[in-house]
Amino acid sequence: MGAQKKSASTVAARTSDDPEELARVPLQAVLLADSFTTKFRPITLERPKVLLPLANVPMIEYALSWLESVGVEEVFVFCCAHAKQVTNYLQSSPWFSQPNFSVATIESHNSVSAGDALRLIYERNVIHGDFILISGDTLSNMSLTRALQEHRERKKKDSNAVMTMVIKRSKLSPVTQQSRLGTDELFMAIDPDTKQLLFYEENTYHLKGTLSLDKTLLIDNPSITLHNDMQDCFIDICSPEVLSLFTDNFDYQHLRRHFVKGLLVDDIMGYKIYTHEIHSSYAARVDNYRSYDTISKDIIQRWTYPLVPDVLLLGSSATKLEREGIYRAYEIVQSRSAQIGPLTVIGNNTRIGNNTTIANSVIGKGCSIGSNVLIEGSYIWDNVTVEDGCQLRHSIVCDGVVMKSGSVLSPGVVLSFKVVVGQNVTVPTYSKVSLLLQPTKQDSDEELEYADNNSDVEASSIAGTHNNLNGELTSDLSEMQGSATEELGSGGVGYIWSICEGASEEEWRHSIAPVPAEKLVELSQTMDDDLDFSNQDGNAPASSGELKPGGVSDSDDEDGDANNDSAYFEKEVVFQYSIAYKDVFPIFLNNTANFSLQVEATFLRAVHENVKVDHVILEVNSLKLSYNMEFAACAGAIFYSMLKLVLGTPYNSSAELYNAVINVINTWQRLLKSYLSGKDEEIEIILKFEEMCSESAKELSPLFTKILCLLYDKDMISEDAILDWESEKKYAEESDRVFVKQAEKFLQWLREASEEED
Amino acid sequence: MAVLLHISLPPIAVVLHGTSSSHEVCSRMELRSCGILFLVIPVCSLQPQAVSGSSLLDSFKGEGAGVEVTMPDVQSLVNEFILKLKKRKVEGSQATSRHAAVLLRSVISQQRIGYTNQAGTLIDAVKAVGEQLVAANPVELAVGNIVRRVLHIIREEDLSLTTAAMAGLNLSALSDDDDDTGPVDHPVLSAAAVAAASRSTLRPPSLQTLLEDMPDSTAVPHTSSSGGDSEGKSKSADKSSRSRKLKHDVIEALNELIQDIDTCHEQIAEQAVEHIHHNEVILTLGSSRTVLQFLCAAREKKRSFRVFVAEGAPRYQGHLLAKELVSRGLQTTLITDSAVFAMISRVNMVIVGAHAVMANGGVIAPVGLNMVALAAQRHAVPFVVLAGSHKLCPLYPHNPEVLLNELRSPSELLDFGEFSDCMDFGSGLGSPLLHVVNPSFDYVPPKLVSLFITDTGGHNPSYMYRLIADYYSADDLVLQRKAASSS
Repeated sequence: MGAQKKSASTVAARTSDDPEELARVPLQAVLLADSFTTKFRPITLERPKVLLPLANVPMIEYALSWLESVGVEEVFVFCCAHAKQVTNYLQSSPWFSQPNFSVATIESHNSVSAGDALRLIYERNVIHGDFILISGDTLSNMSLTRALQEHRERKKKDSNAVMTMVIKRSKLSPVTQQSRLGTDELFMAIDPDTKQLLFYEENTYHLKGTLSLDKTLLIDNPSITLHNDMQDCFIDICSPEVLSLFTDNFDYQHLRRHFVKGLLVDDIMGYKIYTHEIHSSYAARVDNYRSYDTISKDIIQRWTYPLVPDVLLLGSSATKLEREGIYRAYEIVQSRSAQIGPLTVIGNNTRIGNNTTIANSVIGKGCSIGSNVLIEGSYIWDNVTVEDGCQLRHSIVCDGVVMKSGSVLSPGVVLSFKVVVGQNVTVPTYSKVSLLLQPTKQDSDEELEYADNNSDVEASSIAGTHNNLNGELTSDLSEMQGSATEELGSGGVGYIWSICEGASEEEWRHSIAPVPAEKLVELSQTMDDDLDFSNQDGNAPASSGELKPGGVSDSDDEDGDANNDSAYFEKEVVFQYSIAYKDVFPIFLNNTANFSLQVEATFLRAVHENVKVDHVILEVNSLKLSYNMEFAACAGAIFYSMLKLVLGTPYNSSAELYNAVINVINTWQRLLKSYLSGKDEEIEIILKFEEMCSESAKELSPLFTKILCLLYDKDMISEDAILDWESEKKYAEESDRVFVKQAEKFLQWLREASEEED
Repeated sequence: MAVLLHISLPPIAVVLHGTSSSHEVCSRMELRSCGILFLVIPVCSLQPQAVSGSSLLDSFKGEGAGVEVTMPDVQSLVNEFILKLKKRKVEGSQATSRHAAVLLRSVISQQRIGYTNQAGTLIDAVKAVGEQLVAANPVELAVGNIVRRVLHIIREEDLSLTTAAMAGLNLSALSDDDDDTGPVDHPVLSAAAVAAASRSTLRPPSLQTLLEDMPDSTAVPHTSSSGGDSEGKSKSADKSSRSRKLKHDVIEALNELIQDIDTCHEQIAEQAVEHIHHNEVILTLGSSRTVLQFLCAAREKKRSFRVFVAEGAPRYQGHLLAKELVSRGLQTTLITDSAVFAMISRVNMVIVGAHAVMANGGVIAPVGLNMVALAAQRHAVPFVVLAGSHKLCPLYPHNPEVLLNELRSPSELLDFGEFSDCMDFGSGLGSPLLHVVNPSFDYVPPKLVSLFITDTGGHNPSYMYRLIADYYSADDLVLQRKAASSS
């Protein structure tokens, strides 16, 4: 024990691992009150994301209450955009006066990413021990004691275990390939014994089902579980080294994309990240409008207990839970004929008129809702006026919005602060309306916001200057009215932001509205197509250790299960990877098709640039190693490339074609021969040739026997191989036996010749 | 702190300076007046010779009767407790009620009271805090019960003081004289007060108490009359001693209450032998400390019997109970909740704990118990409920202001990850099709309960209203409604 402790404390630079000392350091947390994204625009132009209400309570309240309840004693709230608003809010809240729980704000105006924020915190030198890194838009009710204990124990054993990530199981939607929080598919490889995170890849949606793992992962780790049904909760327990790592690598911006991936790739320092999976408790982060919707509903369904409207009284008024999950504050004026549907929250001092129907919605404080209004799946914040006959479906309506009578919000609409919608106007789906003009230089891609510094500085400056802007806003209103009336009808105020090109088709992914039915149909169609494609692909020779996507459909599951007798891969993945494995295990998701393409490219280059045969052999050998292919595959690929080359040259008759084949084979016979070490490779070539003749190069099919003869003459293919090929085909279907029949005479001759020899 | 010193310095400074025999004096003093105790501490800490102070502290700590040694200001304590209640960090009615009683004791002890309307100020102070506490977790009825108990105690003590003062002027003259001699006379007085208090608690609510909406109104004429026969200086001394005395008596009664809460399990368990007989089969559901101690007490008295434990889904506390019982050598059978009906015919008695007992004799109990009660009724098996007196709630379950249930997280029922695809709001209508409801309590109507065993003995459900009349005064029942409407 003593030696272990000693070694640990010598390695750990900044903290000593003495248990007593650890116990004395108060548990600290860093709360990033800025998401460093633009997903909540245009709302976040006027108010920071952490202050947006989630079931009528600002998000930051959830994060802070959770931190308080897990025993964190010191929280540093890092504010960047709208820093003033955040600090003002905190000052007026009771958080600053809590016993045993101190909240301090750190303001910065030039940080553009989480990396910058952590670097600044490092400079301040306020973190002294393990700390919890959490984004202000995260909410959870998990207990941290186990995770913290695990982290500390690991840290004691191995000072390189710098971070523990909290993850939670959450299945993907099979159709849209995104999580219920609207985030992209996330792949994680985790060591099932040590819970070490080995691989982290998000946005796999763009990769179209292929995923490449570093082969050293599989060599170094006896077992790996590959998950795509895990949700990253964005709650991290970090050691102080994390901060210094951010400082050392000044290009780390994003917590996951840069930091986590950076650590996973970097094997020089050997820092390790571990995961902690939570089962019964809840944790999620509001990432986009879809997750806003999902998490709101989770709160209403009480998954976040005790952080639910009728228990969490911080800053909100007392609320009573009624049947069917209706949360009603006191002092609500509601018409008898109004129907309040299930899973609805209604805030204080709200009035609801006759024959109004509200379902699956959250209504804020002090709203007035007229008669005959339909509100479904919408989030209406404070002091909103909805006049008679309006219809709202799956939309977000911010503070102070006025909807004139008869106006309609189509699914996915976001109305930012104080927008006025004119009479009988229908706001189109997915439109975002704000009093502020859309920033002219819009990031077309969200990922750009930190990569492209210029655009982001501009964005943050807009956000920063907004406070000044607020005063001018009222005077500007009159001008705006002139320009914006056309869009929002008579009396309407606000600009409809144009959806930037490219993002429009992605809009449904992150919108608050459920995915439209026709989109679902379309998606499942394309998925089926993909499936067919990948199945075809999968039928191509899967000779060596290779993973092929087996598809999701049920029929595939069966043979998937049959093959999946490997202990190394648990079937936690929705894509079931069936393994056709031999005795070695390096596994590639990139298939043989890719390899043959490479070989072909190499070969063509060799032809055109007159590369020596030896060099070509060398190159193909290296390709073979890197793709971990066998000689048979090489031979097949080379032969394929040769015939491709022949077909590429112009020809008039099949005789000419045959001559060309002879030419090419003559020139490159040494190359081909070097891979034909045995009967298996030779059969492989025949099979490949047969396949080509029947599919891609039908022109060659009449020449099949001739070329087979030629190869035999050139001593490339032995008669054994040919005879074996024939016997292999004996029981094949009639259609597959076309070429056997074609070569019947040649085969006959071969058989006779061998008999004669005997 | 200055305020406290102002109130408490005269009698205590004497004790502290005589450090030689302080231990006996203090321990004696502590026995009957814990209320003054925490006032002692700041004075001690001011003393340069910290030795005597710390030894004092130790001797008090040793008593362990809920003594608050450090005393930050009350409001922060109240806030802390409110937060705990809100976050559901304190659970179980015994812990909560004890906590509430200790908190209210410190509220009373720190409340500065004037010369007139003393009981009124105390009642207001307690009510103000009580409202907040009840609002913080309306489902934890024990908090409201304790607040009402404390209010009742204040009223009773005040009444007994005034009646005592009015009954014998010679007694008040005696107290006037003795006041100068310091705290030595207190045992006599407080003994009288306790006697009066105990008398008054036994007394049914008279017409007088019901009509008296302002119990302090009697206090005003009394002080003037008692002041009339003594000179000006002793008059003020009398008043301050009276104010101290009321507070003192209240705090003393509160200490008794806290002790009652602490010992309620043992007192209930003492009765175990009368109810559990040889070779009986007892059925219980979930886990309750009262039930555990009850069963163990019977076991210790060499009764041999068997226990069926229904596991108590979804929290499965029955598993823990079974473990505990086995570790104490009891024959235990664990069954699922749904197997209760199948097993009930073999059972001789059902013994369960409760969350709260309502004024009509109905029981709010962990979910699943109504089913057990119905099964027991079907097979004529006695259904016995164990409840400490702090669980007696003076409200009726049909009162709309009473929050009878709490819906907890669905994650206790099912694994979120496994069902996450059923709750994908992105596809489909956008509204969840799966609802998971996890209520914590059941209501068992009084007709299904055969017997209540409280720390004062066994009672019929129909007798509950009588017990409640003993513990609570009718004026305080509205506390809850006021709290609910004002928040």
